[in-house]
Amino acid sequence: MNFDDTPQEAEFRSLARAWIGANAPRQYEDELRKSSLGRTVLKNANILEVAKAWQKKKADAGWACLHWPKEYGGRGSSPIERVIWQQEEGPFGQLSRMFIIGHGMCGPTMMAFAREEHKRTYLPPLASGEKIWCQLFSEPAGGSDVAGLRTRAEKDGDDWVINGQKIWTSGAHYSDYGILLTRTDPTVPKHKGLTMFFLDMKSPGVEVRPIKQASGASDFNEVYFTNVRIPDHQRLGEVGDGWNVSLTTLMNERSAIGAAVSTGFPELFEYCSSLMLDDGPAIEDRAVRSKLANWAVKASGLKYTSMRAISALSKGERPGPENSIGKLVAGSMIQDVATYALDLQGAAGVVSGEDAELAGRFQAMLLRAPGTRVEGGTDEIMRNIIAERVLGLPGDIRVDKDVPFNKIPTKGRG
Amino acid sequence: MDFDFSDDQKQLRDQARKFLAEKCSPKAVRVVLDGKAPYDKELWKGLAEMGFLGVAIPEEFGGAGAGHLELCVIAEEMGRANAPVPFSSTVYLAAEALLIAGSEAQKKKWLPAIASGEAIGTLALFEGKGNPAPKNVKLTAANGVLNGVKKPVADGAIADFAVVAARTGSSGRENDISLFLVDLRDGGVEVKNLTNLDPTRGQAEFTFKDCKAEPLGAAGEGWSILTQVLDRAAVLCAFEQVGGSDRALEMGRDYALDRIAFGRQIGSFQAVKHMLADMYVSATLARSNSYYGAWALSTNAAELPEAAAAARISATQAFQHCAKNNIQVHGGMGFTWEFDCHMYYRRANAMALGLGSLSYWEDQLIDRMRKKNAA
Repeated sequence: MNFDDTPQEAEFRSLARAWIGANAPRQYEDELRKSSLGRTVLKNANILEVAKAWQKKKADAGWACLHWPKEYGGRGSSPIERVIWQQEEGPFGQLSRMFIIGHGMCGPTMMAFAREEHKRTYLPPLASGEKIWCQLFSEPAGGSDVAGLRTRAEKDGDDWVINGQKIWTSGAHYSDYGILLTRTDPTVPKHKGLTMFFLDMKSPGVEVRPIKQASGASDFNEVYFTNVRIPDHQRLGEVGDGWNVSLTTLMNERSAIGAAVSTGFPELFEYCSSLMLDDGPAIEDRAVRSKLANWAVKASGLKYTSMRAISALSKGERPGPENSIGKLVAGSMIQDVATYALDLQGAAGVVSGEDAELAGRFQAMLLRAPGTRVEGGTDEIMRNIIAERVLGLPGDIRVDKDVPFNKIPTKGRG
Repeated sequence: MDFDFSDDQKQLRDQARKFLAEKCSPKAVRVVLDGKAPYDKELWKGLAEMGFLGVAIPEEFGGAGAGHLELCVIAEEMGRANAPVPFSSTVYLAAEALLIAGSEAQKKKWLPAIASGEAIGTLALFEGKGNPAPKNVKLTAANGVLNGVKKPVADGAIADFAVVAARTGSSGRENDISLFLVDLRDGGVEVKNLTNLDPTRGQAEFTFKDCKAEPLGAAGEGWSILTQVLDRAAVLCAFEQVGGSDRALEMGRDYALDRIAFGRQIGSFQAVKHMLADMYVSATLARSNSYYGAWALSTNAAELPEAAAAARISATQAFQHCAKNNIQVHGGMGFTWEFDCHMYYRRANAMALGLGSLSYWEDQLIDRMRKKNAA
């Protein structure tokens, strides 16, 4: 039991460290380090431009998409080298946020299902950040029931014609391409009638409308499709096999371990260490200490769970469904931490933004936190995954399983 | 990074699990639970023969000289089996106090006897209500004799010797406290058995009246030694708690698969599935915190005090959480004497108090984190 690198890992780490030391945009380091959930902004620069520049620099020097093959713009690194890179990149890793979906999900799906000439055309500019991709899966009636989608794709000559609506599409407003899951046959059970495509987001008939979130920010969009034409050669996988293709995409989402999940605990601990309450320093208060201790062991438990997973990775094991606990624990924790930080501020906690305590850090966290518990699988779906795939409990009873899709009742927005 | 136990250590864990599955079935635990014997003597003898009692005791003192990581994997299995033996009091508390502070003669006298299963030891620290604190030690030591009362003392009624915390000064500070070794077989201590939450591990009251005792460690060093002993025991107990958490989770999972109600396995109901998923989450967080504690313990790292407190809190919460919800999954059956759920519920709640309460360790953790940040 040790925390030491193997000689090969140490060599990779020192290479990465030296390159990052010489090339990272240091002028933004402090702001990136102090950013927290709901509050990643650069005061005097456009974060999208800064991120694209950093990604391009990495790509030119061979440090982009470490786990991808070299011919598609990657480095061909092992999973453990990817984790070491993330550790060394530190706060600059925050700049990769707008590329996460493209690099983690769209790229791997293209690699598995696209034609060779498409891979060579589309993947290198995706790796280098010159082109941004989004993932068009969720729909208003779908929610956690991803396979309940209704966007239609109908064959017309060599093209497919798309009509329908997607929602919760992260980054669609600045994306160049997207992977799109559609229904091609509504007369068969829902998982069997789906087909996957990729498309140019500038195609005629694609309309992107940003959604204003509870926090006031707009990270997600609604995307409307009106008679959008996609050539058949941009189909990913077989007609009707879209569900299996999408599972590949979602599995890749899980392999992004090692990236620290935000719990809000370090911020709260630091705050309580300096905060004065009516009866003295917050950190001396018994009730405060008890709360802090409870969150401290959750935060450290997550940290060391991730280290156990990294150890398994370095021995060549594959990440398993047990890694679902990171988001599950961190999501509700950051919400509770933010609520408590405001409670400590008393009436002043109601003020947000620049006029608030710590420039509204915890208020921003509070308003963004509900999203963490929903995106990428709700808490409830995460618990199902643990119960079914780790503990071996029976799957939920699915009353729509063998029913043709067009006979399934539906109501409400997800 | 290799943040895991080695293959040899995992093999030892498998060996311990197999041994305990055979020698420490729930039926065997019940013999002690139902009050026919204070502990399982046969099992204790078997543990000695397997080398488990002295696994972290150096070879020169009759042990296997393996180390604390090996002790951690055995502790996990002791917790999983809910073993009705004085393992924690003897091995984590008494033996560790001797290893840290014992003289050559004291180690020679007691450590081989622990490893061979001939001597049961304990730590007499508490004096009624309250948590570990110098001010709560009122029993006095003067002129080589002890006077006062200790309770509860884990496994006190079956112990052969005790490490006793006593007051040797009146400055009101930590260096008022010194440790003593008392050979309980001399008969100078009045021992009263106390009923307690977990009858598979007894508790006793000790009354000292001019009782002869020899110093353990230097005078005035008692509190510093005790802190180290409690930190080490916190990590080792955390592994027992992790083992118990996993077993309670398994019992709940198995029952949820087996029991049919409303025409289907109750494990197919989301309310039940989610309860079990949450048990898995708390057990996993506790295991990871405990691994960090094991690393700190085995390398004697400066991080040990913080790591020990985190492991202690996390494992205490997980075991209580899993044991209580295991009963809930079992419904009415879980609340009966006949089902085994209550044995883990008892153990979880007794263990939550044995080294000082959860709130005490929460307080310790924050103190230690502040110290680290200040450093």
